[in-house]
Amino acid sequence: MTTHRTPGAQLSEYLLRLGDSTLILAQQLCGWCGHAPTLEEDVALSNVALDLLGQSRLWLDYAGSQMTPRQSEDQLAYQRDAEQFRNVLLVEQPNGNFADTQVRQFLFDSWHCLLLRELSRSSDAQVSAIASKARKEVAYHLQRSSEWVVRLGDGTARSHAYAQQALAHCADHVHELFAMDGLDQAMLHAGIGADLAALKPEWFSYVQQVLAAARLSYPQNPLNLDAGKRGQHGEHLVGLLMEMQYLARSNPGAQW
Amino acid sequence: MPNNWKTWEVFVRSQNGIAHRHIGSVQASDADMALRYARDVYTRRDAFVSLWLVASEHLISSAGQDQSAWFETAHDKGYRQATFYPVPDGVQNL
Repeated sequence: MTTHRTPGAQLSEYLLRLGDSTLILAQQLCGWCGHAPTLEEDVALSNVALDLLGQSRLWLDYAGSQMTPRQSEDQLAYQRDAEQFRNVLLVEQPNGNFADTQVRQFLFDSWHCLLLRELSRSSDAQVSAIASKARKEVAYHLQRSSEWVVRLGDGTARSHAYAQQALAHCADHVHELFAMDGLDQAMLHAGIGADLAALKPEWFSYVQQVLAAARLSYPQNPLNLDAGKRGQHGEHLVGLLMEMQYLARSNPGAQW
Repeated sequence: MPNNWKTWEVFVRSQNGIAHRHIGSVQASDADMALRYARDVYTRRDAFVSLWLVASEHLISSAGQDQSAWFETAHDKGYRQATFYPVPDGVQNL
């Protein structure tokens, strides 16, 4: 793991985690554009993607402003390789079927909501402002994904099976959402970051409530994978970045 | 569209005190989903204060009725319109 000598470097690294998780999830959801089950769902998923992309721009712009030399949001999004990304592993899991996408979204949204609530109380005015703005959007995302989890889990035998399978896979990436590494601890002590570990009971209680309504059960012994925040990613992220970065990299400095 | 879904008509109100107006329709399996879809499809770019939805099957419509018998009979009765009458000289503030 990188050592962080200056407060600015620590802050920018922390902001990359926030900006990269929202950026990668936005890009994933964009993959449904034109492929969702109905026109309405297509528009709805794209709306969520655009909200997350907007949030990512704010985080990355702030992250870049703390770097020497200063990096633009575009440089950070389009010119880094997979191992330089700091997103949590959950968001880079493949879209899979519709249940895979909605269960991934539900686990992320329920965490994201609590995280933003904490960050809206950050001692860093800009972190607090970005989190406060994003919170309103994410509250809606969570309502939407919670409802889909109930519909799929409590739907047909087939949708139930798919949702349960998706949960089995996604749960392996939940541990990372609440893991407090050195950087998380430093940001917490600086009054900037959130106490992720402290959020888990509240998160789990909400998730259990929705899963009960969905007749789904949370997996018993999920794995504790947590390398994403340190830049160790799965193969799928490489392909995703190739597609996302292709245009910007093949036309350096292009304006549109 | 999945065969157990239905169509809902969407009405939006742009500000309090103004009537809801019809803006379009969405397809969904039930009222909750329809309301969310209406929000996603129609309120993204403009600010509205309220949404109304009605299942299309519950709308009573004149469509298909005899147009001339229903709507055209008033065309030759100009005296039913205020503009039929000349304004007398000297009337102010009209």
